Amino acid sequence: MPGFLEQYLALVIFAALSAVIAIALLVAPFLLAYKSPDTEKLSAYECGFEAFDDARMKFDIRFYLVSLLFIIFDLEVAFLFPWAVAFHDVGWLGFWSMMVFLGVLTIGFVYEWKKGALEWD
Amino acid sequence: MLSEHPWLWPVLWGIVKSLVLLVCVLVSTAVLIYGERKIWAAVMLRRGPNVVGPWGVLQPFADFLKFILKEPILPDSANKVVFLLAPYIGVVLAFMAWAVIPVNEGWVVANINVGILYLFAVSSLGVYSIIMAGWASNSKYPFLSALRAAAQMVSYEVSIGFVIVTVLLCAGSLNLTQIVEAQNTRFGFLGWYGVRLFPMFVIFFISALAETNRPPFDLAEAESELVAGYAVEYSASLYLLQFLTELVAILTMSAMMAVLFLGGWLSPFPWIPVIGASSVFWFLLKAWGVVFMFSMTKLIVPRYRYDQLMRLGWKVLLPISLVAVVVVAFVLKLAGH
Repeated sequence: MPGFLEQYLALVIFAALSAVIAIALLVAPFLLAYKSPDTEKLSAYECGFEAFDDARMKFDIRFYLVSLLFIIFDLEVAFLFPWAVAFHDVGWLGFWSMMVFLGVLTIGFVYEWKKGALEWD
Repeated sequence: MLSEHPWLWPVLWGIVKSLVLLVCVLVSTAVLIYGERKIWAAVMLRRGPNVVGPWGVLQPFADFLKFILKEPILPDSANKVVFLLAPYIGVVLAFMAWAVIPVNEGWVVANINVGILYLFAVSSLGVYSIIMAGWASNSKYPFLSALRAAAQMVSYEVSIGFVIVTVLLCAGSLNLTQIVEAQNTRFGFLGWYGVRLFPMFVIFFISALAETNRPPFDLAEAESELVAGYAVEYSASLYLLQFLTELVAILTMSAMMAVLFLGGWLSPFPWIPVIGASSVFWFLLKAWGVVFMFSMTKLIVPRYRYDQLMRLGWKVLLPISLVAVVVVAFVLKLAGH
């Protein structure tokens, strides 16, 4: 087996072992602990009041905007990773290509900023 | 038997390495709980835990037993499967990050060539656990808290990404061991990226606080507003798993800072005979030093408001780190790389 795959094998084993430890912790109280459920105990917590209504409610559009912005910038970062690793080989051409790309994204960012997508009054 | 099945050896070796590391991480979380409580107590002129065992050192283990033996509650209105799955995947992902962190030269479970990318990916997935916990609880506080936490974590992840890119530009590798080796210069600690890229180190530290929902950015569980945030409906070991996720995330972030910025296992003074040797001792000292900074930040900085938090993330840290990528790249190119 090449050393390359061996490292990933170790990774899978590590993940599997942590999954086993976590499931043991998760299951333990269901097996060990004393249980006496009642309706009050099992109702949703709202500081002692009866729960008013279902919690699956509308939420602020700004959270949605943030996640949209996040996708753009995270993709940008993912695109920067291989560029940064190959930085010594790509020369000035590689440098300026990425600067143009970052420039285009910065224009978008400035637009979002001016439009108020980043405001949380 | 080993000669018949040549694949058995790497499997056994992988299991041994993984078990040792997992036990070390779990013990470290216990030390973290105890240490933080003692530090906070010392700063507030209290005693802290001092009843269970000598100086209270067994407190975390007593807490652990209590978590295991308490009644687990599955709320009626909750979506049961997702409710149980959320803390589970959270803690598994938190552990998984440790597979690629090198604590000493060659002391790493999986020395993969895309280590930092893997770390970045696994720590991003942590958001799912929080969103699932908040949504599945079907209760108002957890839901609001999950929204806040998710928006906060993704906002700061962007600046973390840009900061990592500046380190990659200097190191030229995605492998964590090679990133540490790249900091091994004859100038000792002056060659570390934490010194050479000091502003980036500061931005990473601030973002790491936000990423792990630590004070002053603990808006997701601001107890005066949201009781206990997305953990409100959780009890017994379900809560333990969420707690563990948070603690392991703090340890991971500290280890990441030690590796990326503080030269991992390298000695700060390589020119001095005995102290100059690189060893796991230096890694532990650096990582725990960062953990100490995490604890002290909680005590000396008041909590942010949510709008301030988003403003800091998007309007201050993001532009700075974006410009920093350009500046670092330009300087490196001028220097002839």
